[in-house]
Amino acid sequence: MAENEETEQSLHATHVLEYPFRRSLGPILEKFFTGLAERRFIGSRADDGRVLVPPAEFDPVTAARLGEDRLIEVGPAGIVTTWTWVGKPTAKHPLDRPFAWALILLDGADAPFLHAVDAGGESAMRTGLRVQPRWVEVPQGSIRDVCWFEKED
Amino acid sequence: MRDVAVLSFAQSTAARETERNEVEILMPVVREVIAASGLERSRIEFTCSGSSDFLQGQPFAFVMALDAVGAWPPIRESHVEQDGAWALYEAWVKIQTGEVDSALVYGFGKSAAGNLGDILAMTLDPYCVTPLWPHADSIAALQARAWIESGKGSERSLAEIAARNRAAARSNPHAIVSGTETVDELLSRPYVASPLRAHDCPANGDGASAIVLAAGDLARSVSKRPAWIRGIDHRVDPAALGVRDLTRCRSAELAAQKAGVARDKIDIAEIYAPYSHEEAILREALGVPDTASVNPSGGALCAHVMMSCGLQRIGEVARRILSGEADRGVAHAAHGPALQQNLVCVLEGD
Repeated sequence: MAENEETEQSLHATHVLEYPFRRSLGPILEKFFTGLAERRFIGSRADDGRVLVPPAEFDPVTAARLGEDRLIEVGPAGIVTTWTWVGKPTAKHPLDRPFAWALILLDGADAPFLHAVDAGGESAMRTGLRVQPRWVEVPQGSIRDVCWFEKED
Repeated sequence: MRDVAVLSFAQSTAARETERNEVEILMPVVREVIAASGLERSRIEFTCSGSSDFLQGQPFAFVMALDAVGAWPPIRESHVEQDGAWALYEAWVKIQTGEVDSALVYGFGKSAAGNLGDILAMTLDPYCVTPLWPHADSIAALQARAWIESGKGSERSLAEIAARNRAAARSNPHAIVSGTETVDELLSRPYVASPLRAHDCPANGDGASAIVLAAGDLARSVSKRPAWIRGIDHRVDPAALGVRDLTRCRSAELAAQKAGVARDKIDIAEIYAPYSHEEAILREALGVPDTASVNPSGGALCAHVMMSCGLQRIGEVARRILSGEADRGVAHAAHGPALQQNLVCVLEGD
């Protein structure tokens, strides 16, 4: 809902809270982000056989450690499993024009993950839509290496 | 297990607290809840609070809130970086240990100081999700659409839930919004994050709530009809949205089972559902019968104070048992994206 509106009644000042640390991604997510830097998607096979993207260091059901032998390449295209529309993007969002958030199930995966879809308009969005990634020019190992997903060619 | 009861409940909510800081919001609430408990302040042996330093934008901001309870002479005190409902859980455990017989629990949140959308995005997976900065309304909308497309409900069901809560909120002086709109009127309004409209999203506000707990004999000595906690449990689902079935809430199902919701009748349910579809998912997960009064306060849709709203659900059930209006009820609190973590508390009168 609407928030952060300036109030007329009270004095206020900007306070920026930062988290100025660098942290290790660990052995599994490191592979996922290294993969993104190579324009590839890496998932992992869970104990129940499902392929999870992003890969999990620990099984979401059994909590057992999932080793590097569970890693598997998936995608790069996939389908939208659910979505919503962002009519007014903020400066932090991946697009500066209206776009969709979607859970995207990559080909070969069993668990979808969140990313943006540049659909052009809300009427073009639907569950089941096939999408493909648009990569940044110089990937750096970040979820933002994928600019967004767009309708498959 | 020791018998533990809620003796009293107090709350404060406002759309926006522009003048008062957290301590100033809390002080009258704490004073009121202690006065209504029948216990002297000096007889309260433990104090536990729930709040988020991210809302205040200062590390250890919760320590300052102790000014509202008075920490001299020194008191035994603890804090959870969670909703006050989880602070109540800690206090309940503390009483179970036998170390103390009474506790003051409070939760507070003043989200107007920052941008709640951005702050909640920072509670998501820091590598895979937060860098995208999805708004909480958007995350909820992904779950709402999955729920609708599974065939469990429709946008009309969402509007029906919203209309009922808004009508109920008219008799709640602590509600931030209320209304008498028809379902069709609500459905004619624009989306905020499709399929969710403004009335399907929480009326966020600032405020605080507090509860006093006491064990068996102490509770009976000061209250004719304490609201006994007959079961309390909390469970968590994996954080990743993609690894769970968003159309149901397994952690709430498990917590409800462990808390014993189904052991007897339910007169009233207060469900922490800041988004319309969440009420339907949770109602099913908790096993709330159709005969129960659900969210007679108007619920989290009509007044959503971060870190206090879950404790308020417990308080809203407890105060109706204390007054004799209800005999047995279930209160629920939630945290995390798309109902990741859930607490269930069953309360009964004698």
